[in-house]
Amino acid sequence: MMLTIIQTELIKMFRKWRTYIGFIVILVLAGIVQTALYYEGKSAAEHAISNFSDNFVMLGNLFNGYFIGKILLQALYIHIPFLIVLVGGDLLAGEATAGTYRMLLTRPVTRLKLVTGKFLSGFIYTALFMGFVFLISIGVSCLLFGTGELIMVKEKIYIFAADDVLWRFILAFLFATLSMITVITISLFFSSLVANAIGPIISTMAVIIVSLIISNLPFDFVQEIRPYFFTNYLNDWTLFFVDKVEYKEVFKAVLVLLGHIIGLYAITSYIFVKKDILS
Amino acid sequence: MQSDAIIEVRGLTKKYKEILAVNNLDLNLYEGDVFGFLGPNGAGKSTTIRMLLSLIKPTAGSINIFGKPLNENREDILRNVGAIVEKPDFYLYLSAYKNLEIFGKLSGADTSKKHIMEMLELVGLAKRYKSKVKTYSHGMKQRLGLAQALLHDPKLIILDEPTTGLDPQGIKEIRDLILHLSKDKHKTILLSSHILKEVEIIANRMIIINKGTTQIEGKVQDLLSKDNLSTEFEIDDIEKGVEILTNFNQLVTIKEKRNKSIIIEAEREIIPQINKQFVENGINVSSIVQSRSLEEYFLKITEGK
Repeated sequence: MMLTIIQTELIKMFRKWRTYIGFIVILVLAGIVQTALYYEGKSAAEHAISNFSDNFVMLGNLFNGYFIGKILLQALYIHIPFLIVLVGGDLLAGEATAGTYRMLLTRPVTRLKLVTGKFLSGFIYTALFMGFVFLISIGVSCLLFGTGELIMVKEKIYIFAADDVLWRFILAFLFATLSMITVITISLFFSSLVANAIGPIISTMAVIIVSLIISNLPFDFVQEIRPYFFTNYLNDWTLFFVDKVEYKEVFKAVLVLLGHIIGLYAITSYIFVKKDILS
Repeated sequence: MQSDAIIEVRGLTKKYKEILAVNNLDLNLYEGDVFGFLGPNGAGKSTTIRMLLSLIKPTAGSINIFGKPLNENREDILRNVGAIVEKPDFYLYLSAYKNLEIFGKLSGADTSKKHIMEMLELVGLAKRYKSKVKTYSHGMKQRLGLAQALLHDPKLIILDEPTTGLDPQGIKEIRDLILHLSKDKHKTILLSSHILKEVEIIANRMIIINKGTTQIEGKVQDLLSKDNLSTEFEIDDIEKGVEILTNFNQLVTIKEKRNKSIIIEAEREIIPQINKQFVENGINVSSIVQSRSLEEYFLKITEGK
Protein backbone atom coordinates (compact mmCIF):
# COMPACT_ATOMS: atom_id res chain seq x y z
CA MET A 1 0.00 0.00 0.00
CA MET A 2 2.88 2.37 0.76
CA LEU A 3 4.05 2.13 -2.85
CA THR A 4 0.52 2.97 -4.04
CA ILE A 5 0.41 6.00 -1.73
CA ILE A 6 3.78 7.23 -2.96
CA GLN A 7 2.78 6.61 -6.56
CA THR A 8 -0.45 8.61 -6.19
CA GLU A 9 1.36 11.38 -4.34
CA LEU A 10 3.96 11.66 -7.08
CA ILE A 11 1.23 11.72 -9.75
CA LYS A 12 -0.47 14.59 -7.92
CA MET A 13 2.82 16.39 -7.32
CA PHE A 14 4.11 16.19 -10.87
CA ARG A 15 0.80 17.24 -12.39
CA LYS A 16 1.07 20.56 -10.54
CA TRP A 17 2.67 23.56 -12.13
CA ARG A 18 4.37 24.67 -8.89
CA THR A 19 6.44 21.47 -8.86
CA TYR A 20 8.30 22.64 -11.94
CA ILE A 21 9.04 26.19 -10.75
CA GLY A 22 12.27 25.09 -9.06
CA PHE A 23 13.43 23.12 -12.10
CA ILE A 24 12.73 26.05 -14.42
CA VAL A 25 14.48 28.57 -12.13
CA ILE A 26 17.60 26.38 -11.93
CA LEU A 27 17.56 25.74 -15.66
CA VAL A 28 17.29 29.46 -16.45
CA LEU A 29 19.89 30.61 -13.90
CA ALA A 30 22.40 27.90 -14.74
CA GLY A 31 21.77 28.46 -18.45
CA ILE A 32 22.45 32.17 -18.19
CA VAL A 33 25.64 31.70 -16.14
CA GLN A 34 26.95 28.89 -18.35
CA THR A 35 26.22 30.78 -21.55
CA ALA A 36 27.90 33.93 -20.22
CA LEU A 37 30.94 31.95 -19.08
CA TYR A 38 31.09 30.07 -22.34
CA TYR A 39 31.52 33.30 -24.28
CA GLU A 40 33.27 35.55 -21.79
CA GLY A 41 34.31 33.35 -18.94
CA LYS A 42 37.89 32.55 -19.83
CA SER A 43 39.05 36.14 -19.49
CA ALA A 44 37.04 36.54 -16.27
CA ALA A 45 38.60 33.40 -14.82
CA GLU A 46 42.06 34.46 -15.84
CA HIS A 47 41.42 37.76 -14.08
CA ALA A 48 40.18 35.91 -10.97
CA ILE A 49 43.32 33.80 -10.69
CA SER A 50 45.69 36.54 -11.74
CA ASN A 51 46.87 36.90 -8.11
CA PHE A 52 47.98 33.28 -8.12
CA SER A 53 49.53 33.39 -11.56
CA ASP A 54 52.14 35.79 -10.22
CA ASN A 55 53.38 33.06 -7.88
CA PHE A 56 52.29 29.85 -9.62
CA VAL A 57 52.64 28.48 -13.07
CA MET A 58 49.16 27.42 -14.20
CA LEU A 59 49.11 24.49 -16.61
CA GLY A 60 46.19 22.65 -18.22
CA ASN A 61 42.50 23.49 -18.33
CA LEU A 62 41.67 24.86 -14.89
CA PHE A 63 38.68 26.69 -16.30
CA ASN A 64 36.77 23.43 -16.78
CA GLY A 65 33.34 21.93 -16.10
CA TYR A 66 34.16 20.89 -12.54
CA PHE A 67 35.35 24.37 -11.66
CA ILE A 68 32.36 26.09 -13.28
CA GLY A 69 29.98 23.51 -11.80
CA LYS A 70 31.34 24.03 -8.30
CA ILE A 71 31.08 27.82 -8.60
CA LEU A 72 27.55 27.45 -9.98
CA LEU A 73 26.50 25.12 -7.17
CA GLN A 74 27.75 27.56 -4.55
CA ALA A 75 25.80 30.37 -6.19
CA LEU A 76 22.59 28.37 -6.62
CA TYR A 77 22.64 26.48 -3.33
CA ILE A 78 21.51 29.40 -1.18
CA HIS A 79 18.27 29.69 -3.18
CA ILE A 80 17.35 26.03 -3.15
CA PRO A 81 15.46 26.05 0.19
CA PHE A 82 13.08 28.69 -1.25
CA LEU A 83 12.34 26.44 -4.20
CA ILE A 84 12.00 23.23 -2.17
CA VAL A 85 9.45 24.65 0.27
CA LEU A 86 7.18 25.68 -2.60
CA VAL A 87 6.39 21.99 -2.95
CA GLY A 88 6.83 20.90 0.68
CA GLY A 89 4.54 23.59 2.05
CA ASP A 90 1.77 22.45 -0.26
CA LEU A 91 1.97 18.71 0.37
CA LEU A 92 -0.40 18.62 3.36
CA ALA A 93 -1.87 22.13 3.47
CA GLY A 94 -2.73 21.89 -0.23
CA GLU A 95 -5.12 19.02 0.55
CA ALA A 96 -6.82 21.15 3.21
CA THR A 97 -7.08 24.14 0.85
CA ALA A 98 -8.55 22.01 -1.92
CA GLY A 99 -10.90 20.21 0.47
CA THR A 100 -9.54 16.85 -0.66
CA TYR A 101 -8.61 15.77 2.88
CA ARG A 102 -12.23 14.65 3.25
CA MET A 103 -11.90 12.20 0.39
CA LEU A 104 -8.32 11.21 1.04
CA LEU A 105 -8.82 10.42 4.70
CA THR A 106 -11.94 8.33 4.18
CA ARG A 107 -9.90 5.75 2.26
CA PRO A 108 -9.09 2.47 4.01
CA VAL A 109 -5.54 3.58 4.70
CA THR A 110 -4.16 4.61 8.08
CA ARG A 111 -3.35 8.27 8.53
CA LEU A 112 0.16 7.30 9.57
CA LYS A 113 0.70 5.58 6.22
CA LEU A 114 -0.72 8.57 4.36
CA VAL A 115 1.47 11.10 6.12
CA THR A 116 4.50 8.82 5.74
CA GLY A 117 3.70 8.58 2.02
CA LYS A 118 3.61 12.39 1.87
CA PHE A 119 7.01 12.62 3.57
CA LEU A 120 8.57 10.00 1.33
CA SER A 121 7.16 11.69 -1.78
CA GLY A 122 8.61 14.97 -0.55
CA PHE A 123 11.97 13.26 -0.05
CA ILE A 124 11.83 11.77 -3.54
CA TYR A 125 11.03 15.18 -5.01
CA THR A 126 13.94 16.70 -3.07
CA ALA A 127 16.35 14.01 -4.29
CA LEU A 128 15.16 14.45 -7.88
CA PHE A 129 15.46 18.21 -7.63
CA MET A 130 18.93 18.07 -6.11
CA GLY A 131 19.94 15.52 -8.74
CA PHE A 132 18.73 17.98 -11.37
CA VAL A 133 20.66 20.85 -9.75
CA PHE A 134 23.88 18.82 -9.69
CA LEU A 135 23.33 17.43 -13.16
CA ILE A 136 22.73 20.87 -14.67
CA SER A 137 25.58 22.46 -12.73
CA ILE A 138 28.22 19.76 -13.12
CA GLY A 139 27.01 17.67 -16.05
CA VAL A 140 26.19 20.50 -18.44
CA SER A 141 29.29 22.44 -17.39
CA CYS A 142 31.46 19.40 -18.13
CA LEU A 143 29.81 19.06 -21.55
CA LEU A 144 30.44 22.74 -22.34
CA PHE A 145 33.84 23.22 -20.75
CA GLY A 146 35.25 19.73 -20.52
CA THR A 147 36.81 18.14 -17.43
CA GLY A 148 40.12 18.68 -15.70
CA GLU A 149 41.63 19.45 -12.32
CA LEU A 150 39.45 21.22 -9.81
CA ILE A 151 41.05 24.21 -8.17
CA MET A 152 39.58 25.22 -4.81
CA VAL A 153 40.46 28.09 -2.52
CA LYS A 154 39.31 27.38 1.01
CA GLU A 155 41.70 28.72 3.63
CA LYS A 156 44.35 27.23 1.36
CA ILE A 157 44.53 26.26 -2.25
CA TYR A 158 43.49 22.73 -3.17
CA ILE A 159 43.98 21.27 -6.57
CA PHE A 160 42.23 17.94 -7.13
CA ALA A 161 43.21 15.69 -9.99
CA ALA A 162 40.48 15.16 -12.59
CA ASP A 163 39.97 11.54 -11.47
CA ASP A 164 39.71 12.64 -7.83
CA VAL A 165 36.71 14.92 -8.28
CA LEU A 166 33.61 12.97 -9.28
CA TRP A 167 33.26 11.00 -6.04
CA ARG A 168 33.45 14.28 -4.13
CA PHE A 169 30.54 15.66 -6.15
CA ILE A 170 28.56 12.45 -5.59
CA LEU A 171 29.04 12.61 -1.80
CA ALA A 172 28.33 16.36 -1.87
CA PHE A 173 25.10 15.62 -3.75
CA LEU A 174 24.05 13.04 -1.15
CA PHE A 175 24.84 15.40 1.72
CA ALA A 176 23.13 18.38 0.07
CA THR A 177 20.06 16.19 -0.54
CA LEU A 178 19.96 15.30 3.16
CA SER A 179 20.22 19.00 4.06
CA MET A 180 17.33 19.87 1.76
CA ILE A 181 15.28 16.93 3.05
CA THR A 182 15.59 18.62 6.45
CA VAL A 183 14.23 21.81 4.90
CA ILE A 184 11.28 20.03 3.25
CA THR A 185 10.59 18.20 6.53
CA ILE A 186 10.25 21.55 8.31
CA SER A 187 7.84 22.75 5.63
CA LEU A 188 5.83 19.52 5.96
CA PHE A 189 5.61 20.07 9.71
CA PHE A 190 4.18 23.57 9.20
CA SER A 191 2.03 22.24 6.39
CA SER A 192 0.30 19.87 8.82
CA LEU A 193 -0.73 22.76 11.06
CA VAL A 194 -2.55 25.01 8.61
CA ALA A 195 -4.96 24.95 5.70
CA ASN A 196 -3.01 27.19 3.33
CA ALA A 197 0.31 26.50 1.62
CA ILE A 198 1.56 30.11 1.95
CA GLY A 199 1.90 29.83 5.74
CA PRO A 200 4.27 26.84 5.70
CA ILE A 201 6.41 28.42 2.97
CA ILE A 202 6.87 31.66 4.89
CA SER A 203 7.26 29.89 8.24
CA THR A 204 9.98 27.56 6.94
CA MET A 205 11.93 30.42 5.45
CA ALA A 206 11.50 32.37 8.68
CA VAL A 207 12.86 29.41 10.66
CA ILE A 208 15.90 29.15 8.37
CA ILE A 209 16.62 32.87 8.52
CA VAL A 210 16.09 33.14 12.30
CA SER A 211 18.23 30.02 12.91
CA LEU A 212 21.00 31.43 10.75
CA ILE A 213 20.93 34.76 12.58
CA ILE A 214 20.80 33.20 16.05
CA SER A 215 23.55 30.70 15.33
CA ASN A 216 25.80 33.53 14.18
CA LEU A 217 25.29 35.74 17.22
CA PRO A 218 28.62 36.28 19.03
CA PHE A 219 27.44 35.16 22.47
CA ASP A 220 28.83 32.27 24.50
CA PHE A 221 25.50 30.55 25.12
CA VAL A 222 24.78 30.68 21.38
CA GLN A 223 28.09 28.96 20.70
CA GLU A 224 26.99 26.17 23.04
CA ILE A 225 23.70 25.54 21.26
CA ARG A 226 25.03 26.29 17.79
CA PRO A 227 25.99 22.67 17.03
CA TYR A 228 22.32 21.68 17.37
CA PHE A 229 21.05 24.14 14.76
CA PHE A 230 20.38 22.42 11.44
CA THR A 231 21.33 25.63 9.60
CA ASN A 232 24.83 25.13 10.91
CA TYR A 233 25.21 22.15 8.55
CA LEU A 234 23.25 23.16 5.46
CA ASN A 235 26.44 24.15 3.66
CA ASP A 236 28.53 21.22 4.80
CA TRP A 237 28.40 19.59 1.38
CA THR A 238 31.59 21.60 0.80
CA LEU A 239 33.32 19.42 3.44
CA PHE A 240 34.09 16.99 0.64
CA PHE A 241 36.24 19.52 -1.20
CA VAL A 242 39.31 19.44 1.01
CA ASP A 243 42.40 17.33 0.80
CA LYS A 244 41.47 15.02 3.62
CA VAL A 245 37.72 14.79 4.21
CA GLU A 246 36.85 15.10 7.91
CA TYR A 247 34.39 12.21 8.08
CA LYS A 248 33.88 12.78 11.80
CA GLU A 249 32.50 16.24 11.00
CA VAL A 250 30.39 14.83 8.20
CA PHE A 251 28.99 12.12 10.50
CA LYS A 252 28.15 14.70 13.17
CA ALA A 253 26.36 16.87 10.61
CA VAL A 254 24.44 13.86 9.27
CA LEU A 255 23.35 12.93 12.81
CA VAL A 256 22.03 16.43 13.56
CA LEU A 257 20.16 16.61 10.25
CA LEU A 258 18.73 13.11 10.70
CA GLY A 259 17.71 14.04 14.23
CA HIS A 260 15.75 17.00 12.89
CA ILE A 261 14.14 14.91 10.16
CA ILE A 262 13.09 12.06 12.46
CA GLY A 263 11.95 14.39 15.24
CA LEU A 264 9.86 16.56 12.94
CA TYR A 265 8.42 13.52 11.15
CA ALA A 266 7.35 12.06 14.51
CA ILE A 267 5.72 15.33 15.66
CA THR A 268 3.99 15.88 12.29
CA SER A 269 2.69 12.30 12.23
CA TYR A 270 1.32 12.65 15.76
CA ILE A 271 -0.43 15.93 14.86
CA PHE A 272 -1.79 14.48 11.62
CA VAL A 273 -3.11 11.28 13.18
CA LYS A 274 -4.86 13.18 15.99
CA LYS A 275 -6.14 16.01 13.80
CA ASP A 276 -9.86 16.64 13.34
CA ILE A 277 -10.58 17.24 9.67
CA LEU A 278 -12.82 20.30 9.61
CA SER A 279 -11.90 21.67 6.17
CA MET B 1 -32.35 -4.08 18.48
CA GLN B 2 -32.27 -5.76 15.07
CA SER B 3 -29.29 -7.99 14.50
CA ASP B 4 -28.58 -6.70 10.98
CA ALA B 5 -27.60 -3.22 12.14
CA ILE B 6 -25.05 -1.67 9.80
CA ILE B 7 -24.43 1.39 11.96
CA GLU B 8 -25.02 1.53 15.69
CA VAL B 9 -24.24 4.80 17.38
CA ARG B 10 -24.56 5.16 21.13
CA GLY B 11 -24.18 8.29 23.20
CA LEU B 12 -22.14 10.02 20.51
CA THR B 13 -20.86 13.37 21.71
CA LYS B 14 -18.56 15.96 20.16
CA LYS B 15 -17.53 19.04 22.06
CA TYR B 16 -15.44 21.89 20.64
CA LYS B 17 -14.30 23.81 23.71
CA GLU B 18 -17.63 25.22 24.94
CA ILE B 19 -19.69 24.24 21.92
CA LEU B 20 -21.58 20.96 22.07
CA ALA B 21 -21.91 20.04 18.38
CA VAL B 22 -23.32 16.55 18.98
CA ASN B 23 -24.86 15.59 22.28
CA ASN B 24 -25.42 11.99 23.31
CA LEU B 25 -26.73 10.93 19.90
CA ASP B 26 -28.10 7.44 19.27
CA LEU B 27 -28.61 6.18 15.73
CA ASN B 28 -29.41 2.83 14.09
CA LEU B 29 -29.07 2.02 10.44
CA TYR B 30 -30.11 -1.40 9.20
CA GLU B 31 -29.11 -3.37 6.14
CA GLY B 32 -30.98 -2.23 3.05
CA ASP B 33 -32.12 1.03 4.64
CA VAL B 34 -32.23 4.30 2.82
CA PHE B 35 -31.89 6.33 5.95
CA GLY B 36 -32.81 10.01 5.91
CA PHE B 37 -30.62 12.10 8.18
CA LEU B 38 -32.36 15.38 8.83
CA GLY B 39 -31.80 18.44 10.89
CA PRO B 40 -31.61 22.20 10.51
CA ASN B 41 -28.31 23.94 9.77
CA GLY B 42 -25.91 23.52 12.68
CA ALA B 43 -27.85 20.55 14.05
CA GLY B 44 -24.74 18.39 14.02
CA LYS B 45 -25.38 16.31 10.88
CA SER B 46 -22.05 16.94 9.20
CA THR B 47 -20.17 16.53 12.49
CA THR B 48 -21.90 13.17 12.99
CA ILE B 49 -21.09 12.07 9.44
CA ARG B 50 -17.46 13.11 9.90
CA MET B 51 -17.32 11.03 13.08
CA LEU B 52 -18.87 8.05 11.23
CA LEU B 53 -16.05 8.36 8.70
CA SER B 54 -13.38 8.91 11.36
CA LEU B 55 -12.54 12.37 10.03
CA ILE B 56 -13.07 13.75 13.50
CA LYS B 57 -12.81 11.99 16.82
CA PRO B 58 -15.79 11.81 19.16
CA THR B 59 -15.47 13.30 22.63
CA ALA B 60 -17.58 10.41 23.96
CA GLY B 61 -19.75 7.56 22.78
CA SER B 62 -19.36 4.56 20.52
CA ILE B 63 -19.70 3.91 16.81
CA ASN B 64 -20.08 0.37 15.53
CA ILE B 65 -20.22 -0.20 11.79
CA PHE B 66 -20.79 -3.68 10.33
CA GLY B 67 -20.83 -4.86 13.97
CA LYS B 68 -17.29 -3.67 14.68
CA PRO B 69 -16.05 -0.69 16.71
CA LEU B 70 -14.93 2.01 14.26
CA ASN B 71 -11.85 3.18 16.12
CA GLU B 72 -10.38 -0.34 16.25
CA ASN B 73 -11.38 -1.45 12.74
CA ARG B 74 -11.18 1.78 10.77
CA GLU B 75 -9.49 0.41 7.65
CA ASP B 76 -11.64 -2.76 7.49
CA ILE B 77 -14.78 -0.70 7.81
CA LEU B 78 -13.84 2.05 5.37
CA ARG B 79 -13.07 -0.60 2.73
CA ASN B 80 -16.84 -1.11 2.58
CA VAL B 81 -17.93 2.50 2.88
CA GLY B 82 -18.31 5.03 0.09
CA ALA B 83 -18.98 8.63 0.99
CA ILE B 84 -19.49 12.18 -0.07
CA VAL B 85 -18.87 14.57 2.79
CA GLU B 86 -20.37 17.99 2.11
CA LYS B 87 -19.34 19.12 -1.36
CA PRO B 88 -17.13 16.67 -3.23
CA ASP B 89 -13.77 18.35 -3.77
CA PHE B 90 -11.33 16.83 -6.22
CA TYR B 91 -7.87 17.56 -7.55
CA LEU B 92 -8.94 20.26 -9.97
CA TYR B 93 -5.80 20.02 -12.09
CA LEU B 94 -6.42 16.33 -12.81
CA SER B 95 -8.98 14.75 -15.10
CA ALA B 96 -12.07 13.02 -13.75
CA TYR B 97 -10.53 9.72 -14.82
CA LYS B 98 -7.26 10.38 -12.99
CA ASN B 99 -9.10 11.48 -9.85
CA LEU B 100 -11.09 8.25 -9.82
CA GLU B 101 -7.96 6.24 -10.49
CA ILE B 102 -6.18 7.85 -7.52
CA PHE B 103 -9.05 7.45 -5.06
CA GLY B 104 -9.79 3.99 -6.42
CA LYS B 105 -6.23 2.79 -5.90
CA LEU B 106 -6.25 4.03 -2.32
CA SER B 107 -9.56 2.24 -1.73
CA GLY B 108 -8.34 -1.02 -3.19
CA ALA B 109 -10.89 -0.75 -6.00
CA ASP B 110 -10.70 -2.21 -9.47
CA THR B 111 -8.97 0.66 -11.31
CA SER B 112 -9.03 -0.89 -14.76
CA LYS B 113 -10.07 1.53 -17.47
CA LYS B 114 -13.20 -0.56 -18.10
CA HIS B 115 -14.39 -0.27 -14.49
CA ILE B 116 -13.61 3.43 -14.13
CA MET B 117 -15.41 4.16 -17.41
CA GLU B 118 -18.41 2.12 -16.20
CA MET B 119 -18.62 4.30 -13.12
CA LEU B 120 -18.31 7.46 -15.20
CA GLU B 121 -20.99 6.10 -17.52
CA LEU B 122 -23.26 5.42 -14.54
CA VAL B 123 -23.10 9.07 -13.48
CA GLY B 124 -23.21 10.41 -17.03
CA LEU B 125 -19.66 11.72 -17.24
CA ALA B 126 -18.07 9.21 -19.61
CA LYS B 127 -17.86 11.72 -22.45
CA ARG B 128 -15.92 14.17 -20.28
CA TYR B 129 -13.55 11.66 -18.67
CA LYS B 130 -10.45 13.40 -20.00
CA SER B 131 -11.50 16.90 -18.95
CA LYS B 132 -9.83 18.46 -15.95
CA VAL B 133 -12.19 18.70 -12.99
CA LYS B 134 -11.65 22.47 -12.86
CA THR B 135 -13.74 22.68 -16.04
CA TYR B 136 -16.64 20.80 -14.40
CA SER B 137 -19.83 22.43 -13.20
CA HIS B 138 -20.96 21.94 -9.61
CA GLY B 139 -23.47 19.32 -10.71
CA MET B 140 -20.81 17.38 -12.59
CA LYS B 141 -18.57 17.41 -9.52
CA GLN B 142 -21.46 16.08 -7.44
CA ARG B 143 -21.92 13.24 -9.92
CA LEU B 144 -18.20 12.55 -9.95
CA GLY B 145 -18.41 12.47 -6.15
CA LEU B 146 -20.98 9.72 -6.43
CA ALA B 147 -18.76 7.82 -8.87
CA GLN B 148 -15.83 7.90 -6.43
CA ALA B 149 -18.13 6.79 -3.61
CA LEU B 150 -19.26 3.78 -5.67
CA LEU B 151 -15.97 2.86 -7.32
CA HIS B 152 -14.94 0.24 -4.74
CA ASP B 153 -18.43 -1.28 -4.61
CA PRO B 154 -19.08 -0.43 -0.94
CA LYS B 155 -21.91 -1.98 1.10
CA LEU B 156 -22.65 1.29 2.87
CA ILE B 157 -22.92 4.65 1.14
CA ILE B 158 -22.94 7.87 3.15
CA LEU B 159 -24.13 10.90 1.23
CA ASP B 160 -24.00 14.30 2.85
CA GLU B 161 -26.20 16.73 0.93
CA PRO B 162 -25.59 15.04 -2.45
CA THR B 163 -27.99 17.29 -4.34
CA THR B 164 -26.86 20.65 -2.99
CA GLY B 165 -26.61 23.19 -5.78
CA LEU B 166 -28.08 20.94 -8.45
CA ASP B 167 -30.83 21.98 -10.85
CA PRO B 168 -34.15 20.08 -10.75
CA GLN B 169 -32.99 17.74 -13.51
CA GLY B 170 -29.75 17.03 -11.63
CA ILE B 171 -31.66 16.42 -8.40
CA LYS B 172 -33.92 13.94 -10.16
CA GLU B 173 -30.95 12.13 -11.69
CA ILE B 174 -29.23 11.77 -8.32
CA ARG B 175 -32.48 10.69 -6.70
CA ASP B 176 -33.03 8.04 -9.38
CA LEU B 177 -29.45 6.87 -8.95
CA ILE B 178 -29.90 6.51 -5.18
CA LEU B 179 -33.12 4.56 -5.72
CA HIS B 180 -31.31 2.36 -8.26
CA LEU B 181 -28.49 1.71 -5.79
CA SER B 182 -30.95 0.82 -3.07
CA LYS B 183 -33.39 -1.30 -5.04
CA ASP B 184 -31.21 -2.92 -7.68
CA LYS B 185 -27.78 -2.97 -6.01
CA HIS B 186 -29.10 -3.49 -2.46
CA LYS B 187 -26.85 -0.86 -0.96
CA THR B 188 -27.47 0.58 2.47
CA ILE B 189 -27.58 4.35 2.23
CA LEU B 190 -27.37 7.13 4.78
CA LEU B 191 -28.65 10.28 3.15
CA SER B 192 -28.31 13.66 4.75
CA SER B 193 -30.32 16.25 2.89
CA HIS B 194 -31.93 19.61 3.24
CA ILE B 195 -34.43 18.71 0.57
CA LEU B 196 -37.07 17.09 2.72
CA LYS B 197 -39.25 16.07 -0.19
CA GLU B 198 -36.30 14.07 -1.46
CA VAL B 199 -35.95 12.20 1.83
CA GLU B 200 -39.69 11.66 1.92
CA ILE B 201 -39.56 10.06 -1.54
CA ILE B 202 -36.37 8.05 -1.17
CA ALA B 203 -35.95 7.11 2.49
CA ASN B 204 -37.67 4.29 4.32
CA ARG B 205 -36.32 5.30 7.74
CA MET B 206 -35.16 8.61 9.11
CA ILE B 207 -33.83 10.49 12.06
CA ILE B 208 -34.32 14.15 12.85
CA ILE B 209 -31.67 15.75 15.00
CA ASN B 210 -31.54 19.23 16.44
CA LYS B 211 -28.88 20.90 18.53
CA GLY B 212 -26.89 17.69 18.38
CA THR B 213 -29.53 15.45 19.91
CA THR B 214 -31.99 12.94 18.47
CA GLN B 215 -35.47 14.38 18.15
CA ILE B 216 -37.10 11.37 16.56
CA GLU B 217 -36.07 8.22 14.71
CA GLY B 218 -38.18 5.64 12.90
CA LYS B 219 -39.88 4.60 9.68
CA VAL B 220 -40.79 7.57 7.50
CA GLN B 221 -44.39 6.44 6.95
CA ASP B 222 -44.94 5.66 10.64
CA LEU B 223 -43.63 9.04 11.68
CA LEU B 224 -45.65 10.91 9.11
CA SER B 225 -48.92 9.17 9.93
CA LYS B 226 -48.51 9.57 13.67
CA ASP B 227 -50.46 12.82 13.66
CA ASN B 228 -53.41 14.02 11.66
CA LEU B 229 -52.84 15.28 8.15
CA SER B 230 -53.73 18.72 6.91
CA THR B 231 -55.74 18.38 3.73
CA GLU B 232 -56.98 21.09 1.43
CA PHE B 233 -60.19 20.38 -0.55
CA GLU B 234 -60.85 22.68 -3.47
CA ILE B 235 -64.65 22.59 -3.90
CA ASP B 236 -67.34 24.71 -5.57
CA ASP B 237 -69.70 25.03 -2.58
CA ILE B 238 -67.94 25.96 0.65
CA GLU B 239 -71.04 26.32 2.83
CA LYS B 240 -72.41 22.94 1.88
CA GLY B 241 -68.96 21.45 2.33
CA VAL B 242 -68.73 22.79 5.89
CA GLU B 243 -72.16 21.36 6.63
CA ILE B 244 -71.05 17.90 5.47
CA LEU B 245 -67.81 18.09 7.42
CA THR B 246 -69.63 18.85 10.67
CA ASN B 247 -71.27 15.44 10.34
CA PHE B 248 -67.86 13.85 10.91
CA ASN B 249 -67.88 15.29 14.46
CA GLN B 250 -64.51 15.00 16.23
CA LEU B 251 -62.93 13.10 13.35
CA VAL B 252 -62.47 16.28 11.34
CA THR B 253 -61.36 19.74 12.41
CA ILE B 254 -61.83 22.65 10.04
CA LYS B 255 -58.63 24.66 10.17
CA GLU B 256 -59.36 27.31 7.56
CA LYS B 257 -62.04 28.35 5.10
CA ARG B 258 -60.99 30.07 1.93
CA ASN B 259 -62.86 31.33 -1.13
CA LYS B 260 -62.79 28.06 -2.98
CA SER B 261 -61.20 25.67 -0.54
CA ILE B 262 -61.37 24.28 2.96
CA ILE B 263 -58.37 23.12 4.94
CA ILE B 264 -59.13 20.41 7.41
CA GLU B 265 -57.24 18.22 9.81
CA ALA B 266 -58.15 14.57 9.77
CA GLU B 267 -56.66 11.11 9.81
CA ARG B 268 -55.46 9.79 6.48
CA GLU B 269 -58.18 7.06 6.40
CA ILE B 270 -61.04 9.61 6.65
CA ILE B 271 -60.04 11.56 3.53
CA PRO B 272 -61.63 9.17 0.96
CA GLN B 273 -64.88 9.12 2.98
CA ILE B 274 -65.03 12.93 3.01
CA ASN B 275 -64.42 13.01 -0.72
CA LYS B 276 -67.17 10.44 -1.27
CA GLN B 277 -69.63 12.50 0.84
CA PHE B 278 -68.82 15.66 -1.11
CA VAL B 279 -69.39 13.98 -4.45
CA GLU B 280 -72.57 12.21 -3.34
CA ASN B 281 -73.95 15.56 -2.17
CA GLY B 282 -73.31 17.18 -5.53
CA ILE B 283 -70.17 19.12 -4.59
CA ASN B 284 -67.57 19.26 -7.32
CA VAL B 285 -64.10 18.47 -5.92
CA SER B 286 -61.41 20.09 -8.08
CA SER B 287 -58.42 18.96 -6.04
CA ILE B 288 -57.30 17.35 -2.80
CA VAL B 289 -53.88 18.37 -1.52
CA GLN B 290 -52.40 16.81 1.56
CA SER B 291 -50.22 19.42 3.14
CA ARG B 292 -49.04 17.19 5.94
CA SER B 293 -45.59 16.63 4.50
CA LEU B 294 -42.21 15.85 5.93
CA GLU B 295 -41.47 19.55 5.77
CA GLU B 296 -44.32 20.34 8.12
CA TYR B 297 -43.35 17.44 10.35
CA PHE B 298 -39.72 18.56 10.33
CA LEU B 299 -40.65 22.09 11.36
CA LYS B 300 -42.91 20.75 14.08
CA ILE B 301 -40.10 18.65 15.49
CA THR B 302 -37.30 21.17 15.17
CA GLU B 303 -39.18 24.36 15.96
CA GLY B 304 -42.03 22.98 18.04
CA LYS B 305 -44.62 24.38 15.58
